[in-house]
Amino acid sequence: MATKVVMEALSPTMEEGRLVKWNKNEGDQVKAGDVLAEVETDKAVMELVARGDGVLRKRLANEGDASPVGTLLAVIANADENIDSIVGSAGAGAAAPAQAAQQAQSGQTAAPNKSVADTRESAGRSPVPQNPAQSQGEASTPPQQKTAAARAPTAPPPPAARPAPPRPPAAPTASRGNGASKADGAGRQRSSPLARRLANERGIQLGGVQGTGPGGRIVRRDVENARAGASAPGVGAGRSAAAERLAREGDYKDVPLTQIRKTIARRLSESNGPIPTFFLTAEFDATRAGEMRNQLKDMGENYKASFNDIVIKAVALALTEHPEVNAHWLNDAIRQFNRVHVAMAVAVEDGLITPVLFDADRMTLWDISARAHDLAKRARERKLLPEEYTGSTFSVSNLGMFGIDQFTAIINPPEAGILAIGGVEEKPVVVDGQLEVRSRMRVTMSCDHRVIDGATGARFLQTVRRYIENPLSLLI
Amino acid sequence: MAVLTYRDALTQALREELQRDDRVFLMGEEVAQYNGAYKVSKGLLDEFGPMRIVDTPITELGFAGVGVGAAMVGLRPIVEFMTWNFALLAIDEVVNVAAKTLYMSGGQFKMPMVFRGPNGAALQLAAQHSQAWESWLAHIPGLKVLTPGTPADAKGLLKSAIRDDNPVVFLEGEMLYNTKGEVPDEEYLIPIGAAELKREGDHCSVITHGKMVLVAMRVADDLAKEGINIDVVDLRTVRPIDVEAISRSVQKTNRAVVLEEGWEICGMGSQVVDFIQRECFDDLDAPVLRVHQEDVPMPYAKNLERAAKPDAGKTVAAIKKVMYLD
Repeated sequence: MATKVVMEALSPTMEEGRLVKWNKNEGDQVKAGDVLAEVETDKAVMELVARGDGVLRKRLANEGDASPVGTLLAVIANADENIDSIVGSAGAGAAAPAQAAQQAQSGQTAAPNKSVADTRESAGRSPVPQNPAQSQGEASTPPQQKTAAARAPTAPPPPAARPAPPRPPAAPTASRGNGASKADGAGRQRSSPLARRLANERGIQLGGVQGTGPGGRIVRRDVENARAGASAPGVGAGRSAAAERLAREGDYKDVPLTQIRKTIARRLSESNGPIPTFFLTAEFDATRAGEMRNQLKDMGENYKASFNDIVIKAVALALTEHPEVNAHWLNDAIRQFNRVHVAMAVAVEDGLITPVLFDADRMTLWDISARAHDLAKRARERKLLPEEYTGSTFSVSNLGMFGIDQFTAIINPPEAGILAIGGVEEKPVVVDGQLEVRSRMRVTMSCDHRVIDGATGARFLQTVRRYIENPLSLLI
Repeated sequence: MAVLTYRDALTQALREELQRDDRVFLMGEEVAQYNGAYKVSKGLLDEFGPMRIVDTPITELGFAGVGVGAAMVGLRPIVEFMTWNFALLAIDEVVNVAAKTLYMSGGQFKMPMVFRGPNGAALQLAAQHSQAWESWLAHIPGLKVLTPGTPADAKGLLKSAIRDDNPVVFLEGEMLYNTKGEVPDEEYLIPIGAAELKREGDHCSVITHGKMVLVAMRVADDLAKEGINIDVVDLRTVRPIDVEAISRSVQKTNRAVVLEEGWEICGMGSQVVDFIQRECFDDLDAPVLRVHQEDVPMPYAKNLERAAKPDAGKTVAAIKKVMYLD
């Protein structure tokens, strides 16, 4: 029985992978679980493991090749087995990657992928296939990731609440995927009657929805998860740890849209693209925060905290007071979270990633400092796990260290806002009629006007200002 | 409420109806002197005498026919079969006479009678004595078919069956007679044709009847520990079927497993699935699955018998499959 080795969806957002290195040569004996190759996904370098036993008969991809998920990469078979027909079908397989991706990304296969694939540092790292969205702005996140985050909260509780049962890495996973896509022929998309009804009711095009049921069937959870994600294709697995973190009832409140809110959403979207964004800029006095930072530094290594940590803590605390800002736009509702998960944009060699500080409001400044440091370090090493960079409720982006004094960041949907932090500068400021030199910091908040109105955002910034300018409140 | 066995609940129903209406009488093999093969008629001979509690010879076709004749002339017989496996010998009276007489006489003859006895498998009674007949009987227009799974339902439904003017098939279970449950102290009837939602959950509907209700309840308990909450729809009556109760549940949960004791082909589950696909097509998120006896005569060997019967494990697997969790 031959086993097809296909490009697997090794992260929830992966659409394409680049084969970094083959670990096995043609003719090598392999068994299920062996690492065949290293694959660079959109976020990390992962291991591609064998799903069956036999001889690695044929390698169809070269090192350095980028292939869509589902593409046939190699064939494992008995030494004397005829594999011509499988090898011959390689072209056809690549022609329908979306379908194969559906198979590979279905909940059934995503789980084992995750369990067998370890993130590891790249031996020979090279640029990630550039994602269009990444070039849009410093603080934006690739659209697939946004969607994964958007989908997480609406995942149905029972499947999300349960860990996916472990499965033996078996040949059928890969071969079934290809078999099914072949049987589909013209590529008819399968969907349950309920999924079709819900999609119709909600005006969702099923063509843009990834099915996670058997054979790629689109089922209820896929349609529900697609709500906030709109039409971005290629995203599946709603079972990540991030999903679990956000799916719990009681962690959020869905606010139905009032007529005026609907009108605002529609009119402003017409005017300003899918996310009608406006910007609020404020200049905070960071003198006392700077003094506190210096005092902490003098206390020793363990107490050190950066301006970035201080801002994250301030933002997290402010978000607890402003749930209307700590929110997701779900198209038919606004989801206000009562837990605070702050994403921070981290520049990596060839792009950026937004690891998440979960429950940041409940972390001490030093917890935030240590955790942020660890996340940033591992982000640069490309060692983050998918659940570490999805599930945020609000984002912060800081370019102060690059000498930027002010900038605007692009919202990470379905979040409603992002705060762009500029550098701390000494400036002449009039204080009580006297000219003084003070440390100042400019922040700009990008707000999704469908969720946040001008005054709402301004009040939130007032609260952030209160924390930053009275930094002892961050230590209580 | 008192906790009674299924057996005692049936005895109460018989006693109350025998007291209430002197046209009611019970007959069958060993129902009188021996107090019933399964002691359901215990004490009734002493209380009501040999004219109302009648021992018959081992002649199922004969005494079923006597019952039909008695019903035609205005009595309200209860015919006990020692098991429904033996009732095959009397099936002509049940299907061709009892079920047809009202219709073929143009309404001149009512058939106010009950055929009752244990149905389905017990333990190691082998192929001929382990069969569940409800789908055969439910196939017949003119019959009503009741399959209570709990003592309370057994009592309330038997009383309704005795008071019904049509021939009613009443299916009990050897494995049910000793099961216990709360039974209301005051008099009550359970309407024929009304299902009961025995457990409420949002994730999946399990539609079942008779002995399998107990399996479904155990499955519900087990799955609740995993955070999966199921609706258990106990049909209680398999003819007529409470389609509305099935639809209500499936429209809520969007997925269903139909659990029954009998075989797959033309089983009760086939009919339930048919109602579901008609009434709930746009509500279904997964194909409906069935759990039933394997498609073989019941094996005698203990291990094989266990493997052939529908059980909690098979039901859990089916539920997880329709929930896309496997």
